[in-house]
Amino acid sequence: MTIAIGFEGSANKLGVGIIRDQDVLSNVRHTYITPPGEGFLPRETAQHHRECILNVLQKALDEAKITLKDVDVICYTKGPGMGAPLTVTALIARTVAQIYNKPIVAVNHCIGHIEMGRLITGSVNPTVLYVSGGNTQVIAYSRQRYRIFGETIDIAVGNCLDRFARLLKLSNDPSPGYNIEQLAKKGTKLAPLPYVVKGMDVSFSGILSYIEEHLSGWLNSKEFTPEDLCFSLQETVFAMLIEITERAMAHVKSSEVLIVGGVGCNEKLQDMMKVMCEERNAVLHATDERFCIDNGVMIAVAGLLQYKTQGHTSWAETTCVQRYRTDDVHISWRE
Amino acid sequence: MNDFELIAQGAEARVYKGIYLGKPTLIKERFEKKYRHADLDKRLTKDRIKAECRAIIRAKAAGIATPAIYLANLERRCIYMEYIENAVILKEFIDKKLSEETNDDRLLNFIAQGLGTIIAKLHLKNIIHGDLTTSNVLLKNIDDDHIKKYKNAANNFVIIDFGLARVESSVEDKAVDLYVLERSLLSAHSEIPLLFSKIFDIYQKHYANKNQCKEIVSKYKEVQLRGRKRLMIG
Ligand SMILES: Nc1ncnc2c1ncn2[C@@H]1O[C@H](COP(=O)(O)OP(=O)(O)O)[C@@H](O)[C@H]1O
Ligand SMILES: [Mg+2]
Repeated sequence: MTIAIGFEGSANKLGVGIIRDQDVLSNVRHTYITPPGEGFLPRETAQHHRECILNVLQKALDEAKITLKDVDVICYTKGPGMGAPLTVTALIARTVAQIYNKPIVAVNHCIGHIEMGRLITGSVNPTVLYVSGGNTQVIAYSRQRYRIFGETIDIAVGNCLDRFARLLKLSNDPSPGYNIEQLAKKGTKLAPLPYVVKGMDVSFSGILSYIEEHLSGWLNSKEFTPEDLCFSLQETVFAMLIEITERAMAHVKSSEVLIVGGVGCNEKLQDMMKVMCEERNAVLHATDERFCIDNGVMIAVAGLLQYKTQGHTSWAETTCVQRYRTDDVHISWRE
Repeated sequence: MNDFELIAQGAEARVYKGIYLGKPTLIKERFEKKYRHADLDKRLTKDRIKAECRAIIRAKAAGIATPAIYLANLERRCIYMEYIENAVILKEFIDKKLSEETNDDRLLNFIAQGLGTIIAKLHLKNIIHGDLTTSNVLLKNIDDDHIKKYKNAANNFVIIDFGLARVESSVEDKAVDLYVLERSLLSAHSEIPLLFSKIFDIYQKHYANKNQCKEIVSKYKEVQLRGRKRLMIG
């Protein structure tokens, strides 16, 4: 039996997760929440991670009922992400590895989402929709790589939602996306937003500038309420995501979908995906916020797979990088 | 549609095969997508049926092999078009050839010759396909003899699925069209990583407007760089 601990801190969530082989022992997270109208910046986010790490780590150990001595391998997020928060996370992981003299594994954040999604849902070879604050990708596996079939050509869907929430001054607690989802439930009228799909790629920046341009007019004339706009935004961007997922499925002849990443816990998105899957006799796999949103377990899961097939990462390579593509990683643990 | 038989569910439509006015016909039905808002679904379906008919007619007029359009019915969400007989989908053709390990230069040159020539022709007529993947190309009357004589490859290629097509003269749109193709080849046909650059070579040879061709090439590099530079956080 192998115990792995994962440290995640590439954006505004700080997470520590512990697994024993395939069993989750603990999964603790603390999110840096900014006031309405404000996004999170690298320096303040890194500061948050530094302040919270000891508590989060202790809580994860307590819940797992182990000490760091019992851990067999330390895993951390190498990238992609924001420079300063990544650096804090790497520093913590390296320190723990040094103090307890444990092997360390550097993990690609996106691969963490995918492997944990596969583990939790039991899906075997799904087409993956990876949607978060910084990423929007449609991925399918072949020949030891997760290959990107479609992606955003400008901003990520989560970024689009977050920036829209800031325009409306919605609360960032627990997350802007969650609050949009709740308001959207009361919206009824569909605003005609741009819908941009190019092959298997999507674009969101035009939607945002279109909304910026019309927002005050719409609200002042009462043509659309904030609820209507949340509703319209979700209907439009989610339809785009489902469409490119379906395009990739048709192309690779897949009948299994897995949604991962922070936006993936949106129930409206999951419901829409489910309907699409039914229309083409496919099955949907999704998880809830415990696992969709950035967390430590995902890093432990991917790190342990990597450790078992490739061994640990050499000390000189335990750095971090802001850009690190999903398809850069050699997937040694799959056929 | 009584005696029509469902043959496939593609990226957005169901396609049926049968006989219409004595001719082998394919009905492409963009059935109602229940996952999206009904108004949005109607708008997209209408736009795409129109776009597909327009682009196919324009491409045909330019001498590019595409199925002939027989009828379009916006109410019933379908297009009746010529059914291309003795055809295989390029994606399946490549997968099959690779599994037979006939991955030689001739196969590569044949595909590059065919696709490079046709995409250049489309772009010269300002037709942006919008969804260039190997699932949207048919090869007709193909045998190993043809592959050897790859100079005439374009005669065997039929381009389909113009639902995302536009008429647009901008260099940016042409560059993005090529970039979409490159990415789809890299992801779906990673066994033959050189395919795109070969296609692009042939494309440039056949792009008669040399000045614009240069602009497309440099724009393409810019689009590619944009993709690589994109930050990915969270
Ligand atoms: N004119 C045609 N003749 C023969 N087969 C066709 C024709 N058009 C489409 N097909 C087949 O139907 C599939 C789906 O058609 P396509 O136009 O690509 O629809 P979608 O937008 O759903 O992908 C194609 O991959 C091809 O196998
Ligand atoms: Mg198609």
